Amino acid sequence: MKVAVCIKQVPNVEARLRVAKDGRWIDEEDLSFVTNESDRYALEEGLKIAEATDGEVVVVSLGPDRVKDALKKALAVGAARAMFLKDPAFAGGDAIATARALAAAIRRENFDLVLTGSQSDDVGYGSTGSLLAGHLGWPHAWLVIGLEIEEGGKTAQVKREMESGMNEIFRLNLPAVIEIQAGINHPRYASLKGIMGANKKPIEEVDAAALGLGADAVGLAGSRLEIVSVAFPESGTGAQILAGDAATAAQALVDKLRQEARVI
Amino acid sequence: MSNNVWAVLQLRDGQVSRAALETIAAAQKLAAAIGGQAEAVVLGSGVGAAATSAAGRDLAAVHVADHADLAGYTPGAFIGALAPALRAAQPAFVVFAHTYQTVEYAPRLAHEIGAGLLPQITGFTSDGSDIGALLFARPILGGKLQAKVKVRGEGTVIVSIQSGAFSSDSVATGSAAAPIQPLADLSQIKPEREILGIEEVGGDQIDLTKSEVIVAVGRGIGGADKLGPVEDLAKALGAEIGASRPVIDSGWLPRDRQIGSSGQTVAPKLYVALGISGAIQHLVGMKASTCVVAINKDPGAPIFAVANYGIVADVHEVLPALTAAVKAAKGV
Repeated sequence: MKVAVCIKQVPNVEARLRVAKDGRWIDEEDLSFVTNESDRYALEEGLKIAEATDGEVVVVSLGPDRVKDALKKALAVGAARAMFLKDPAFAGGDAIATARALAAAIRRENFDLVLTGSQSDDVGYGSTGSLLAGHLGWPHAWLVIGLEIEEGGKTAQVKREMESGMNEIFRLNLPAVIEIQAGINHPRYASLKGIMGANKKPIEEVDAAALGLGADAVGLAGSRLEIVSVAFPESGTGAQILAGDAATAAQALVDKLRQEARVI
Repeated sequence: MSNNVWAVLQLRDGQVSRAALETIAAAQKLAAAIGGQAEAVVLGSGVGAAATSAAGRDLAAVHVADHADLAGYTPGAFIGALAPALRAAQPAFVVFAHTYQTVEYAPRLAHEIGAGLLPQITGFTSDGSDIGALLFARPILGGKLQAKVKVRGEGTVIVSIQSGAFSSDSVATGSAAAPIQPLADLSQIKPEREILGIEEVGGDQIDLTKSEVIVAVGRGIGGADKLGPVEDLAKALGAEIGASRPVIDSGWLPRDRQIGSSGQTVAPKLYVALGISGAIQHLVGMKASTCVVAINKDPGAPIFAVANYGIVADVHEVLPALTAAVKAAKGV
């Protein structure tokens, strides 16, 4: 099967974050970037399917120059080639604008399956894959934690998470867009050979014009949302912080739990 | 486009749930801000009682799609029921509860009707009466920051609301029952998936919902081999051990220990969060706890916003001292 896997590069959320000077996003200087967590699981799922069906994975991403690193990492773990949607006009897009560009890129080839992560760890719209499915006119499923390709790629059995510890199992026709939840598999690490080989694999750069999209259809211009500002939540209502070295803080905490909260 | 706001109600066992009331509350508040009226939609099979219950609230209308193919959820059926009605009515906003069901189909519905999409809002403010004056708040970067977002362009916007962000108690009751109107066009309902079954995850295993004290670990604990000191603290406190999702996904603890939106929802007397950053998916599963303690080396971790007591430090530096202090206090 020919599988497209859409990945996003996101700030490392474990990092210390600062609001940018203009207040509209976080300061990306000195920040480390990683491949979005659920997208790493989507990539692994794509690689497993490609291996089992003698197919290939094409990894697709949209973003600024730094995204090339994420694509190279995907090539290093086994994707055959990459499509890099790179155009200043793509910047500031919401899920609708981004899905429009991804759909135009994916339509250029005949894929049997598209995999994405379920949600990005930065803006977290959780919508891009579903919107992409709308553009392609394919069935889709979100928050998928089990995927079995059936009937030589005609259908798939899908398990998705629901609330309260329940999973729903169903069958849908392929091609489809399947949005993968973290935990579905164990993403592999790149081997030295894989890392060396990644440099020889093609990364095709595609801009809006090559996708037949006007500048008003993509990025902020093609979006229905605009992020006006970002800020840390107001503090003050939060925890009483117990200071001091480990022993002092631990003792202060136990005293509070006994005398103030009366829970131990 | 009209100034009205539609609330799509997600029912629970055929009844108007708390999430559905929160959806009505948000729709009423949004409608008031833009000078329109709130309306509700009820989807399902045999949902007359739910429609009657919804009609008691202050709504301009309750639209009902009652169809055998809506008895269970599938995206194709739900989108097929809603799309023609929304295309005809063109409300300014369509409000959904932000759930694992609606996050799957609301984007597709937005695409179908050419609407904008604004997921997971926690509130909004307005300094005018038009849609462009609305500023919506939503969590970003795992809840570490909050973004203020405005809507651009023309046409309907589909909004989903974070659970608990709009109080179900604030729903306005109508002076007379709202008219109940069947949706005119149900011809486009087509389930495009074949439901094979529902599976309960670890249904007969650990039930954390009955625990009075829970010690929960997050990714910050560092690995499965570092749980020993956690077990010591749990034993001293007489607690069960729970975990946030990344710990489960990494295989450090079994899935029946997971707390959060895809795991168990707990409300113990004491909840000790160790190395848990506090992503919203985790917070919804434990925020009803009576007393929350957070230990995390990142002072900006969102868990501190919901905790009563916090220690900013590496978990493993504090754990031995904390266990010793608990034992001393309990005289064991």
